[in-house]
Amino acid sequence: MRGAFTKALVGLAEQDPRILLLTGDLGYMALEPFSDRFPGRFFNVGVAEQNMMGLATGLAEAGFIPFVYSIATFASLRAYEFTRNGPVLHRLPVRIVGVGGGFEYGHNGPTHYGLEDVGVMRVQPGITVIAPADHEQTRAAFLATWDLPGPVYYRLGKDDKTTVPGLRGRFELTRVQILREGVDLLMVAMGSAATEVASAAVTLADQGISCAVAVVACLNPAPVDDLGAILARFPLVLAVEAHYVVGGVGSLISEVVAERGLGCRVVRCGVRSTPDGISGSQAYLHRRHGLSSNTLVATALQELQVQRTAR
Amino acid sequence: MGESPPASRQIRRIVLNQSKRAHVGHIGSALSIADIIAALYMNVLRIPDPDDPDRDRFVLSKGHAALAVYAALYLKGWLTEETLNTYCADASLLGAHPEHALRGVDFSTGSLGHGLSMGAGAALAARLQRSSRRAFVLVSDAECNEGSLWEAVMFAAHHRLSNLIAIIDLNGQQALGYTDHVLSLTPMGKRWRAFDWDVHEVDGHDVEVMTETIGGLDTTSGPPHVLIAHTVFGKGVSYMEGQIKWHYWPMSDEEYRQALKDIGATP
Repeated sequence: MRGAFTKALVGLAEQDPRILLLTGDLGYMALEPFSDRFPGRFFNVGVAEQNMMGLATGLAEAGFIPFVYSIATFASLRAYEFTRNGPVLHRLPVRIVGVGGGFEYGHNGPTHYGLEDVGVMRVQPGITVIAPADHEQTRAAFLATWDLPGPVYYRLGKDDKTTVPGLRGRFELTRVQILREGVDLLMVAMGSAATEVASAAVTLADQGISCAVAVVACLNPAPVDDLGAILARFPLVLAVEAHYVVGGVGSLISEVVAERGLGCRVVRCGVRSTPDGISGSQAYLHRRHGLSSNTLVATALQELQVQRTAR
Repeated sequence: MGESPPASRQIRRIVLNQSKRAHVGHIGSALSIADIIAALYMNVLRIPDPDDPDRDRFVLSKGHAALAVYAALYLKGWLTEETLNTYCADASLLGAHPEHALRGVDFSTGSLGHGLSMGAGAALAARLQRSSRRAFVLVSDAECNEGSLWEAVMFAAHHRLSNLIAIIDLNGQQALGYTDHVLSLTPMGKRWRAFDWDVHEVDGHDVEVMTETIGGLDTTSGPPHVLIAHTVFGKGVSYMEGQIKWHYWPMSDEEYRQALKDIGATP
């Protein structure tokens, strides 16, 4: 996704001199297409995320569109108050690019996991929050949002190869993308968890269970109308995200279900406890936290059984 | 130092009037910077109009002294008396900390340690846009406790942001005590010099000296500049000077009368 982002950014920067790129000393083998092409518009500000956000605020006030780049957890959390009191309160077009949401930095350990970035950003009404599911959707989401008047947070993955079946690079602000229709249950995915979800739906279909799949890539402003419409059609929804169960897409879905008085039962599949120091690959950590395709299939079967028993 | 120039005295008078009317504190901090604000707004800042995109930028990083800035905006004619009189009232844009939605305020502040990085961004923007405008940031001495401030100090020095001018209101006090007792940064000048800034020690109550010092700075090349403005907290009001309680305390009727007398104003 970050390759798609850098490529699209270079293309836009050719056209629009307002675009600048700031990094907190991260992005090796990722940002060079921009820094080589526009050395005067690229700033490695050093390992100083708060100052990076303050600088971006001052630059944006003067008419620039600064992109600030770091690992998702540093980009979102270290500079959080500077984001709130800066681009959010001043309504300025700063773009925060957080790379490696969820467990993408698996072996690097818990300090590098992005498990609450969407949650902390989503509580601010004034910031657009985008978490694309694959690199094709990243490009579409980026092109649809780069020149919005207010701030944007992008939660990007590092994977520039995988595509989520059925997504076909679609993105619209305040919309949900339906990947697959179904009748027995609905799975809604955020970010790179969509790949696991799409795979789980295929396995469930082989077992005679018809599972619809949707992707929420625009978390703020939230696609409440689309979610309300689709959730009304199902008795059971699994919300799937490499994120704590509080604050992300599971919370969003619960809000919609509660506010609209829907009868849909929400099962939040996400991270439920503080990391215990165990690290490993992204695939391993997805399995460990119930986010792999196989564990999602097991959860779906179990929850369908609960549903049948309750009836 | 001779008699206070009219602008400083008017700012002090407005600070006292409005603080009394609204029954709020932060009086000592606003009095501490009254002469710095007078120098900036009357003599230094190039602001043909608060909406001019090529105006100098000013960040009051020690946002809790906003009343002194409101007073200057009023004296410049950018704020009506009617609006000034809404200070700390319901539905007012004039809170105890400055809000950019108010015409004449470039950046909202209030959380210490934030302003210098925004000012550095403003200075960098001017350079990229090939503008001669400058960015001024007024920070408190206690604000230098914040690590984020030093991130901006390093950045500005590395990029030789000569159009960035920081002014430190060195009054030696903070909310709960004297800075040297809480977290000492003495000698302040040595620390900024060590970070490759161009350092000037000035009397923070001498408008003329501050005006001349800033006028003599090279804002087209070289390092960023800092004026270490030696000030007295609560300056001008005898019983407030150097007293910790006037960081928060509002005035009684009797204290208000005495304060006006001290600054040479009539009720």
